[in-house]
Amino acid sequence: MSLTTAHSVVAPSANAKLIAGTIIVAYALISIVPLLWIFATSFKTPPDSIAYPPKIVFQPSLEGYCNLFTTRTRQTPEYINSLGPATGFCDETVRKRNMVIAGPSNFMPRFVNSLIIAFGSTFCAVFLGTLSAYGFSRFKVPLADDLLFFILSTRMMPPIAVAIPIYLMYRELGLSDTALGMILLYTAVNVSLAVWLLKGFIDEIPREYEEAAMIDGYTRLQAFWRTVLPQATTGIAATAIFCLIFAWNEYAFAALLTSGTAQTAPPFIPTIIGEGGQDWPAVAAGTTIFLVPILVFTILLRKQLLRGITFGAVRK
Amino acid sequence: MLNRTADSVARATPEPLARKVRGISDKGLAWLFISPTILLLLAINIFPLFWAIYLSFTNYRANRPNEVVKNVGLANYKRILGDQDVWIAMQTTAHFVFWTILLQTLIGFTLAWLIDRKFRGHAFWTTIILVPMMLSPAVVGNFWRFLYEPQIGLFAYAISFVSGIPPTDVQMLSNVSLAPWSIIIVDTWMWTPYVMLICLAGLRSIPEYLYEAAEVDRASNWRQFWSITLPMALPFIMLAVLFRGIENFKMFDMVTLLTGGGPGSTTEVASITLKRQAFESWRTGYSSAFAIILFVAVFGLANIYVKALNKVKQR
Repeated sequence: MSLTTAHSVVAPSANAKLIAGTIIVAYALISIVPLLWIFATSFKTPPDSIAYPPKIVFQPSLEGYCNLFTTRTRQTPEYINSLGPATGFCDETVRKRNMVIAGPSNFMPRFVNSLIIAFGSTFCAVFLGTLSAYGFSRFKVPLADDLLFFILSTRMMPPIAVAIPIYLMYRELGLSDTALGMILLYTAVNVSLAVWLLKGFIDEIPREYEEAAMIDGYTRLQAFWRTVLPQATTGIAATAIFCLIFAWNEYAFAALLTSGTAQTAPPFIPTIIGEGGQDWPAVAAGTTIFLVPILVFTILLRKQLLRGITFGAVRK
Repeated sequence: MLNRTADSVARATPEPLARKVRGISDKGLAWLFISPTILLLLAINIFPLFWAIYLSFTNYRANRPNEVVKNVGLANYKRILGDQDVWIAMQTTAHFVFWTILLQTLIGFTLAWLIDRKFRGHAFWTTIILVPMMLSPAVVGNFWRFLYEPQIGLFAYAISFVSGIPPTDVQMLSNVSLAPWSIIIVDTWMWTPYVMLICLAGLRSIPEYLYEAAEVDRASNWRQFWSITLPMALPFIMLAVLFRGIENFKMFDMVTLLTGGGPGSTTEVASITLKRQAFESWRTGYSSAFAIILFVAVFGLANIYVKALNKVKQR
């Protein structure tokens, strides 16, 4: 088989490969420019970030990161001179602009909220999803196809349409603007993805493993725990990352259902304002910190990506 | 004591019965495993949906919870179908969905076809291309606003550099005729990799021997493309279109952060209209009815489309 493909008459010619490669590399480079630009902007000073023509070569500065993590007030030069020596790098940078640090900004708490809500909901969704997927994969469930379709269809609703009754319901239950409320909601949204993906992964594990374990005296539950779960770790990990990315990136529910204590990073980042408009280096710094985990996950996931984005419909 | 008795009984009995005594029956286990998920979805998705259906027949306003709720019958639905703004929002959405899907399919399929030439390093460059689709749409919308800024924005600068138009005149977000295209460009930038990845799977699923047979028959490259490549990849392309169609019909986050529906209402897609009605004008009953109409539309269109997709698959 491999011999026939190696000598295949239809292998692309060297020329075709060269042209294809050039176009793809060009597209990849152009499409990555906006991201590189944000990354670069996070290391610019505010004047550099809005310079014309846009500055490609610039003196790197951490001012954007300082501004991201602090709130500042403008003071007279006399007042600033009357203060003692600057206590740190950010303090010094800020004083050069005639400002003093008033306190920490809301970025850290919002970032921590994102972490808690994303990890909390991912854990719940994967836990519930694994159990259901195993149930659908191994047992004759009456109306299985209808139930699976029902689980998927909950994902077709526009988020704003779901948010209206959820908003009212959470107001009644006291879940508005709480991490618990957001975890419940994201779990419900993600569990459909988790069930569909994990069912695909578990379907691929031969039943014989469990049957052998059960002949050895394990109960069904023990067989599930000791043979199926270890086999499904890759699938579970990939599913977890997909759920994590969704919860991490989600904006609509977060913007409508949280306002303060439980607000996540996506609705917060666009609200970072400096004096006289948006503080772009600080926004870029927040964006960079927010995006780095996603970049790492994308690289880890690249082999499972296709499956994840099609709800397991395309497995390659 | 009791346990030991049960265990010895279990050991003595034949297999299926033994399993029942020692553990839970398979059927019980199946329900035990599946019901938590179903219960959660009933509580967080289905119960609210029925609540929304109920509200859609009332004049309820969420910002006045103490007012008497009146049943208004089908009045909300009638008003929506006669509302000029709703129809404009639907047209804006249709324009957005049509052009994003067309561009993403064309570019995505072309990229997939090129990557399938398997030049050296194609795996690495594919991963680079995939990055935009993994990002948060809201954060993407926000930073593209920076790139689109006239004069200081990189996009405006690049356009003026290439075309010679003064960079202050490249007003992507504030020009009424350009703003709808600004959201299409960002969406295409972000989601073309998605279509590309699915198309690539389609291309890789085509067995090599089909091309070999065509080669033996001296079919031209052009003919091979139209008779083998495209028909074989079509179910995959249609699947990508389905997923993108549903997602873009629901589009909210990226557009909200990029244009907020403006200038005027030129980029106000259906979800943004819905959000304004529900959470700014607080017409809860009216917006619930609108939400139901949108949901029925997505659901209905998706169902018809899936039927068509299955027909193509069976061919």
